[in-house]
Amino acid sequence: MKVVHFEGVSKVFPSEDAEQKFAARDLTLHINQGELVAVVGKTGCGKSTMFNLLIGLLEPTSGTVEVLGKNPFSQFNELAGKLSVVFQNDRLMPWRTALENVAYGLELQKVERATRLKIGLDWLKKLGLDAHANKWPHALSGGMRQRVSIARAFATNPEILLCDEPFSALDELTGATLREEFRRLVKETKKTGVFVTHSINEAIEIGDRILVFRAPGQVVEDISVQAALEQTGADELKQRILAAMGA
Amino acid sequence: MRVKKEPFISALALIAAWEIAAHFFPPYLFPSVTVIAKELLGILSNAGSVGGALSTFARILLGMAGAFLVGGLLGVSMGVSERMKRYIHPLLTFNQGIPALSWVVFSVIWFKSTELRIWFIILMTTLPAFAFQIYDAYHAMSKDLVEMSLSFRPTKWDKFRTLIWPSILPGIITAWKVNLGNVARVVVVAELVGATVGVGYELLQRQQMFDMAGAIAWTLVLVLFVIVSQAVVAFIEAHLLRYRPKTERSL
Repeated sequence: MKVVHFEGVSKVFPSEDAEQKFAARDLTLHINQGELVAVVGKTGCGKSTMFNLLIGLLEPTSGTVEVLGKNPFSQFNELAGKLSVVFQNDRLMPWRTALENVAYGLELQKVERATRLKIGLDWLKKLGLDAHANKWPHALSGGMRQRVSIARAFATNPEILLCDEPFSALDELTGATLREEFRRLVKETKKTGVFVTHSINEAIEIGDRILVFRAPGQVVEDISVQAALEQTGADELKQRILAAMGA
Repeated sequence: MRVKKEPFISALALIAAWEIAAHFFPPYLFPSVTVIAKELLGILSNAGSVGGALSTFARILLGMAGAFLVGGLLGVSMGVSERMKRYIHPLLTFNQGIPALSWVVFSVIWFKSTELRIWFIILMTTLPAFAFQIYDAYHAMSKDLVEMSLSFRPTKWDKFRTLIWPSILPGIITAWKVNLGNVARVVVVAELVGATVGVGYELLQRQQMFDMAGAIAWTLVLVLFVIVSQAVVAFIEAHLLRYRPKTERSL
């Protein structure tokens, strides 16, 4: 079942030289329920535009975007509790403790305080941070903060998890650990995941499917990772993605 | 909380300098510290005088509360709507150019009630500072946090409660700290417009009697109020903004 569907989507931003600047052009893609899809492409290829269209922060200039059968822009509030986002930086509220940050989405869903704190603590435990539950964000390391933001995304039990290069600012080792934890959690909880990245290795490690983007916001390759790895191996797959990206 | 010794050293130095001056000038220009202290104790031990001082403090707090509410509303309106900002911003800038004394004259002409006059003067003189500081705090709100919050689809009230209010709170506290000192100065001018109690009224009486010790003692009452109020605001600030990191080394 398709949970995300883009059909002929274009997004144009006004530019200073009066020429239309396409951030996405005739973009068509779909994502099925339970899939973990990595979206990879060079900087400026339209990944973030697709991401913001999907969340409902941007309105397409033309074409249709459907998420769980709803238009994420015009039916913004109807997707409450169904989508969660892990951003590139942790975006923790500095005035909330780690636990209160994890419970933020639940609070907006009007979940009772005791229940939301319990759920929040359970998620912090799963990510090995229960001992830091009452710490302010500034007292946590970069990796810990990103873990808290992952816990915040999972805590609301969304149907779709959206991640925008969440591990790009972390060191290699922390990034690798979190990637592994993230993939395990998505699979355990049977979520649909969309993972935007500019790293080919990360895309292969995370995704069941890889959508390769090229400017202006077009899918140039749609690869099933397992099948590609079995047929050609990791090195050839990397070369194929690299070529598709236009590198 | 550790009490720092430096403020006491500064205060002692000022008192010593005053006392030295008192030895070289006549008492009606520089009364000695002991005479001023006696005047101050006289004010603080007299129910009528304390009542007068409290009237001034109440006027300050009521005026500031009014300015905070109206200024806060204008500040947030400017933050939320660029169009509203285009209407409100020039009016506030225009208001900033009007001297406190002009508001005194206007209020005497417009209003019969002395209390309303004083409240109006405080409101009009402090309103722009509240509005601009709250607008700036709103404007400086993290776009990243706004997007994060929006991704959870909050209601308008939840957005205000969980995102806007905590974001602008430091600005609100700064506005209160800055305005407390300003209002203490303005209230004295405002109380000249017919008040029969209060620090401004007492200062006018002392001026007419050429009583320097009394004038200083009443001024000190107002200064004490500002110091205590600032300490209360600092205490509230330390509690509400306790999440902020503290660095051991200063810049």
